[in-house]
Parts: sequence; structure tokens; C-alpha cells
Amino acid sequence: MTHWLIAPIVLPALLAPFIVLAARYHIGIQRSFSVAGVLALIAIALGLVFQVSDGTILLYQLSDWAAPFGIVLVGDRLSTMMVLLTAVLALFVLLYAIGSGWDNRGRHFHALFQFQLMGIMGAFLTGDLFNLFVFFEVLLIASYGLMIHGGGTPRLRAGVQYVLFNLIGSTLFLFALASIYAETGTLNMADLANRVAMIGAADTVGIRVAAVLLLLVFAIKAAVVPLHFWLPSSYAEAPAPVAALFAIMTKVGAYAIIRVYTMIFPPDLSVTAGLHDVWLMPAALISVAVGMVGILAAKKLDRLVAFAVIGSMGMVMVSISLFTPEGIAAALYYIIHSTLAGAALFLVVDLVRTGRANLDLTSQPPVLGNALTAGLFFVGAIAMAGLPPLSGFFGKLLVLNASYESGLMVWIWAIVLGSSLIGIVGFVRAGSIVFWKAQGETPLEDPSEFERPTVLSYVAVGGLLSLLIALSVFAGQVHGYATTMAAQLFAPQPYMSKVLDTAGKLSTPASDDHSSTQEEGH
Amino acid sequence: MEFLVASAIGILTAGGIYLTLRLRTFPVIMGISLLTYAVNVFIFASGRLTVGAPPILSDGVTTYTDPLPQALVLTAIVISFGMTAVVVMIGLGAFLGSDDDHVDDQPETSDSKAEGQS
Repeated sequence: MTHWLIAPIVLPALLAPFIVLAARYHIGIQRSFSVAGVLALIAIALGLVFQVSDGTILLYQLSDWAAPFGIVLVGDRLSTMMVLLTAVLALFVLLYAIGSGWDNRGRHFHALFQFQLMGIMGAFLTGDLFNLFVFFEVLLIASYGLMIHGGGTPRLRAGVQYVLFNLIGSTLFLFALASIYAETGTLNMADLANRVAMIGAADTVGIRVAAVLLLLVFAIKAAVVPLHFWLPSSYAEAPAPVAALFAIMTKVGAYAIIRVYTMIFPPDLSVTAGLHDVWLMPAALISVAVGMVGILAAKKLDRLVAFAVIGSMGMVMVSISLFTPEGIAAALYYIIHSTLAGAALFLVVDLVRTGRANLDLTSQPPVLGNALTAGLFFVGAIAMAGLPPLSGFFGKLLVLNASYESGLMVWIWAIVLGSSLIGIVGFVRAGSIVFWKAQGETPLEDPSEFERPTVLSYVAVGGLLSLLIALSVFAGQVHGYATTMAAQLFAPQPYMSKVLDTAGKLSTPASDDHSSTQEEGH
Repeated sequence: MEFLVASAIGILTAGGIYLTLRLRTFPVIMGISLLTYAVNVFIFASGRLTVGAPPILSDGVTTYTDPLPQALVLTAIVISFGMTAVVVMIGLGAFLGSDDDHVDDQPETSDSKAEGQS
């Protein structure tokens, strides 16, 4: 057993206290350690992706305890891919935070950033539902600190809403976990998959409630309408690099839905029949519509991007709730695209903010570096709205193609295509008001009150956008890999046998005595 | 005993939900505290209620209580305490900054909230 699988969690977990304790007054040291840590994370994630790319499943048993008793970390194609995506996103976000000086506007930015990474990585790698809860809390606690980084009353007020909403979500998560434990007597995902399949048709009341509660929790994280109300104000008020990093947080919810509802409650399980096509699909379609209408209706640029994130999460959820291998593969491609595009747009908004009195969508004098910022916004908006030639177009095409066989095909095509048009109009309106009409205004007499964004800021945004272009150029390869990921998700037997049959401390043969004691209560 | 515990959890949850739907920060935080108490007892009860039974293997004992929920509830208690402390601090900061402890958005930003619901 190698220890590489736990490295993405341990590295930021050690780096963060080091930054707080040893480097708290030296922003330069903090920056260099933070960047070095993220670069190391990318290297580790690349190594993990390479190891699992042939279908191997990596297992890490903490303290060598065997699976249903101990906590395990599991790396398969999906989780290592998400780890890599997080690490790459974190690098560009960190470069932007350094370039724009955001990390120096409050204290402990880099430590909180590392803790946030630790939580996200843990949530992607864990093989245990209660552990998933703990890592959710780790990433949430760090995100509370990051969300109000830099202070200011509007940000604190938005922070209160964000924290309260997530506290209610966490409570709901605990209710769901306790009901699952009461019904099955385990919280290990692979073990749960076996146990849930064994529940008789007459005794499904409790597990049905638990499955719906769990879906609600993940839908809150993924900001699916009508559970999206926390997102617009908190993402708009959060510091730009933090909002960009939060682009991966909604995907943690999507990841959890994919993981739990392909393995523990697979689509053909009668217990949860109707959950995804009757409930999740309409909610996802409404999310797409609300997000795109919100783009057109937004009065401020930061709210506009927040609604674009809701819309693109809706697209991801539409594709997930098909629950076919094609649908999941399309969703995985779209998750990569939507994370990068959303983060890039939040950073572009901050570039606009540095040169403008406010972010209202009204005609105002041009910002410094108008042409370059406008170009970056143009590329980001094309990607987000799903116009060719960028990856958003391929993503939507894959989603539409995957839904072709579905019974709801007419609804999906009509809502996705119709609301995409509204979204395009919204982006065009925003772009022309902010960048184009600005040319007709009289330039500022004293432009020195605004400073030009640094080169590093542009490098960070440009890096994210060039990744989007790479994602479009290599769409075939990425989608091919996403198809293998989906195939692995829909054949969970190797995952389960790897987790449950690997020897460790207390591994009496194949959990016979364990299941007999646990089943007594049922 | 099952009825007592179940109704206690139910009353705590109902009170908690009522309070979290209030407009001001303080009752909402109180409501969340009640909800976390409810969920703590709920987790504890998820391992079945057993009176006077040890959780650890020992000689001459036939009935045991499930030790795992007790470990889970410990984690949940610690996390909810910490979270409540964080939200009290952030709420206090927001209240001192704006002299207003409403949870929803202020009138001048309520326009942007309304467009989210359109």
C-alpha cells in the first residue's frame, strides 16, 4: 500500500498550520509556500490520475483498519480527475489572488485557502459517508473564513446568510446519515451498496426517507433550484478569487450525487425509483431556466456571473439526472468546462471592478485596460453561454445528444436551447453596456484613482481561458476519458470488492460475523 | 422510552424550524442550536436505545449498546459547537457594521434579490 492517495489531503493540512504559525507576518513566504504546495498538489494529482487511468482502483486504509470498520480513501477515475481539476483551478486562483493583492487585504488568506483545498480533496477521495460529512464541514469552515476575507459590512451580511444556510444543510446531512445508519448499520459507501440492495421490499420506508434527505443535502451544495438562494449574494459578495475557487464547491455537490446515486442507490434500484427522473430532472431544468433568465435580469455584473453558475450547474444536473452512462459522461465533461469558465468569469468581473466605481450595468467611463479585459470577458462569455467554438458548445451538444433517447427529450431540448438564447442575449447586453458603450462616455479626468490590474492577474485569467480552449481542442480525448469514468461508475463491483475484500486489521473473512451481528436489529 | 425520545426530538426539531424561519439573526441562531440538539439525540438513537449496556466488549456481558453512534455524535457536537460560534461572531460583526440584524437583504440590495426569484 502506498501513501500517495492521502497526500492531497495531508499536504494542505500540514501546510496551512505551518503558514499560520511560522509565516503569519510574512506575506512573501506565505505566497511562495502556498504556490509551491499547489504545484506539488498538481504533480500528485497527475500521478494519481496516471495510476488509475487503466481502471485500477486505489485504496488507502487509515491505520490499516479493514474497510467497514476503518475509514478508507478510494481513488478511482472520477475522484482523481476531480482532485486534478481542483488543484489546477487552485493554482490559477492563487496566482490571481497574489497578482491582485486580494490575499493581503485581510489575514490568513493562504492558510484558509489550504484548509479549503484539504476539505475539497478529502470530499473527493473519501469512501465513507460520515467522512464525507466531516470533509464537507472542513471545506465549509474554511469557506466561511474566505467568504468574509477582507471584511466590510455587505460581505459580512452575505456571510451570515451563507453560514446559516449551510448550517441548516449540515444539520440535514446529519439527519440523513443517522437515518441511513439506523436502517443499514454502516456508513461505508461500498458496504452500504450491498446492504441497501438487501433491504426487503416491505421495509423501504426509512431508506427512502434517507435517500431523499441525502439528495436534498447534495442539491443544496450543488445550488439546484429551489435550493439555490444562498448562491447569488454569497458568490457576488465574496472576494473574486474566493468566488472563483467556490466554482469547484458546487461541483462537490454534483460529485456526491453522482457517487452516491450510482453506487449506493443505483438508477435501477426500486427503492429510489422516480427520484431522479420525476424530481431531480424538473428541478435541474428549472435551474437552467432560472440561471439564464437571471443572466438577462441581473443589474450587476457579479450577480450575472453568479446566475451563470446556477445555470451551468443546472446543465450539469440535467445531464446527471438522465443517469445513463452517456449522460454521466456528458455531465463530467460539462463539470470541467463549467468550473473553469465560471472561475474565469468571476476573475474577469474583478478585473472590471478594479477600474470602475461599481459593477452596476450602467454606462460608465471605460476601465483601464478596457480592450484586454473586454476580450477576456468575450471569450469567457462565449464559453459560458455555449457558443461555438469553445467547450461550452461541445458540452451542451453532448448533453443534448445524451438526452436524445430520454422520454423527456422534448422538454430538455426546448428548455436548454431556449434558455441558452436568453443567456446569450444577457451576456451580449452586459458586455455591450460595460465595454462598448463605455467608449462613448467621457474618459475620467483623473484615472489615477484606479490602478491597472497587474500582469499576473491577466496571466491567471488567460491561463484559465487557455485551459478552456485546450478543453475544446481536445474535446474528443476528454470526452473519451469521461466515458471510461462513467463506465467505471456504472460497474461498481470492482470498487466494492476492492474496498471490502482488501485485508487489514480486523479483516475476518469477508465480513460474515460482522453482518450477522448487525442484521439482528432488522 | 422510545416514545419519549422520539417526541423530544420532534419537539426540538419543530421549535428549531420555527425559529430558523424568523427574520432576525438571534432567533435563527437559537433555532439552529435547537436543530443541532435534535440531530445529536437523533444520531444517538440511530444505534437503537439500550439502557445500562456497555459499548465495549467485556466478560460476562450479553447485551451491548452500539458504540459507533456515540463516536459519530461526538464529532457532530464538536462541529456544531464550532459552527455556532463562527456564525455568532460573523453575525455580531454584521450587526455592529450595519446596525441591523435582519437575516434577509437590506432594502437597497433587495432589488438584486428579487431578480433572483423572477
